[in-house]
Amino acid sequence: MKQLVILSGKGGTGKTSICAAFAHLALVGRKPLKIVLVDADVDAANLELVLEIEKQESEKFAGGAVAQCNDDLCTRCGTCVLVCRYEAILTTDDGQITINPFACEGCAACVYQCPTSALSMHQDIVGTSFFSTSNLGPLFHAELRPGQENSGKLVTLIKQKARLYAMDHDYSFILVDGPPGIGCPVISAAALSDLALVVTEPTMAGIHDFQRVVKTITHFHIPIIAVINKFDLFPQGVGKILKLCQELSIKVVGKIPFDSTITEAMRVGKPVTSYQPTSPSSSAIKEVWQKIMKQIGAIEDG
Amino acid sequence: MIIAVASGKGGTGKTTIATSLALSLALNGSLPILFLDCDVEAPNAHIFLKPELAKKNSVDILIPSVLESKCTLCARCSEVCQFNAIAVLGKKVVVFPQLCHGCGSCMLVCPEHAIEELANNIGVIECGLTAEGILFVRGMLNEGEPMPVPIIRRLKKLISPQKNQIIIIDTSPGASCPVVATVQDADFLILVTEPTPFGLHDLRAAVEISRAMQIPAGVVINRENGDSLELEGYCHHENLPVLMRVPYARKIAEGIARGQPLINIISDYQNQFISLFNQIVAALQLKNE
Repeated sequence: MKQLVILSGKGGTGKTSICAAFAHLALVGRKPLKIVLVDADVDAANLELVLEIEKQESEKFAGGAVAQCNDDLCTRCGTCVLVCRYEAILTTDDGQITINPFACEGCAACVYQCPTSALSMHQDIVGTSFFSTSNLGPLFHAELRPGQENSGKLVTLIKQKARLYAMDHDYSFILVDGPPGIGCPVISAAALSDLALVVTEPTMAGIHDFQRVVKTITHFHIPIIAVINKFDLFPQGVGKILKLCQELSIKVVGKIPFDSTITEAMRVGKPVTSYQPTSPSSSAIKEVWQKIMKQIGAIEDG
Repeated sequence: MIIAVASGKGGTGKTTIATSLALSLALNGSLPILFLDCDVEAPNAHIFLKPELAKKNSVDILIPSVLESKCTLCARCSEVCQFNAIAVLGKKVVVFPQLCHGCGSCMLVCPEHAIEELANNIGVIECGLTAEGILFVRGMLNEGEPMPVPIIRRLKKLISPQKNQIIIIDTSPGASCPVVATVQDADFLILVTEPTPFGLHDLRAAVEISRAMQIPAGVVINRENGDSLELEGYCHHENLPVLMRVPYARKIAEGIARGQPLINIISDYQNQFISLFNQIVAALQLKNE
């Protein structure tokens, strides 16, 4: 079983468009590859928008609990206010306790310190995980209700489900579309990957975040390759990325031009490689995919 | 007044809008401006504002340290920990710093007082002034650390409720806990989006946050290309004012790639940002009446 994760650090560099194109190329290649897809960007799950999916299963996801106060038992002693390090417990002028659910960390310290057991933890359904079939293979995805915590846990859950499905149904490849950033959902998305593809862009912001995500993935000992999207936007930026990659021994597997067909393909809900197979961006992505297949093959041999 | 710039989808232009708004206000008037870069996973506003970073403070969270001489292995600490960050394994208590939220609950419940707390560094906060006099503060999460929220909370503590200060906050993409921690207490949300299916899909999540937290919001449409019909329909339906539009133009994309603020690429934009700000002021006045 091989797993490729697509990351970027900075948002909007083209992770999802490239991921969908890979799924398409895997299917139409000379030796079609059976791929399980995972959309690990559960805050902003967009992969399904460029696939034709049919939802098969859904499961509610319970997130971290938040504290609630039973006013009948509360003696207004104020212990909880002192204990809480997140300023989530406030007192009204007459001493009554109110809990701000957005600030509550779910640590339950207040629950264990309350002398009259007036506080308790309550878990909410904060999202849903889905299994769908699609024109480009099975897709594991999720929706996190806006404003919720625990996206790392939800990412881990759908990845585990995808792995189980792959084992059960004889799939040998898992393709994970990752979230932006470098924090907990990114670490969960990258876990167990054989290879990370970092999609960067030659912008000052893109380069800054590229270095941060590379450092993060390196921390977890996952091999990294890079692709430069919108490469013709800022030539000096490309030079900087190439130099950085050379220093860090990261192979740059391709350069994709700033090409409006990627956005057009998104508008019609298709991977760019099936919408405009001969566009400059499609050709570049094809080359990248072939190189990745070679690299993944090499991992298998080694 | 606290204005937070958010989006849902990444790469829609949050930092572009936030930095040029701050610059336009700083160049135009005399009100003190505080800029907070709360995208602590991928902070980029410094590229456009070019502050002289003067001061650096480390951000630590307190994690437990067990005094083996006092510990009786009763496991009360691991029972109360909601994050599985402390566990009794054989004859030892093991702490997992990256799972610890620093709540102190284990220390409080330990019957033997065998738990002390140690500072664990997870990031830094840096500040400085820009050439235009903007007070700039940014947070940075260490690479490999999973939790951005403690740094965001620390950044937000730097805000003191002064009447005449304008605070502009750059937010991380997405719609989960870091965004909520960032926009809490904001007076207004600028939601930056683009007229694509991805942009609209993720805007909906950002709008839900603004509704749940009861923060008034308006939209900036970036990379407009004569194709915003569906997006406009959505904004109209949701009663979200469209505050500003920025066209899809290669010239702008190239300038931003080089690290130029939008108002330096097309100077005309300075007036548009002032008008954007005036619309926000008017909307807030209307709300308060």
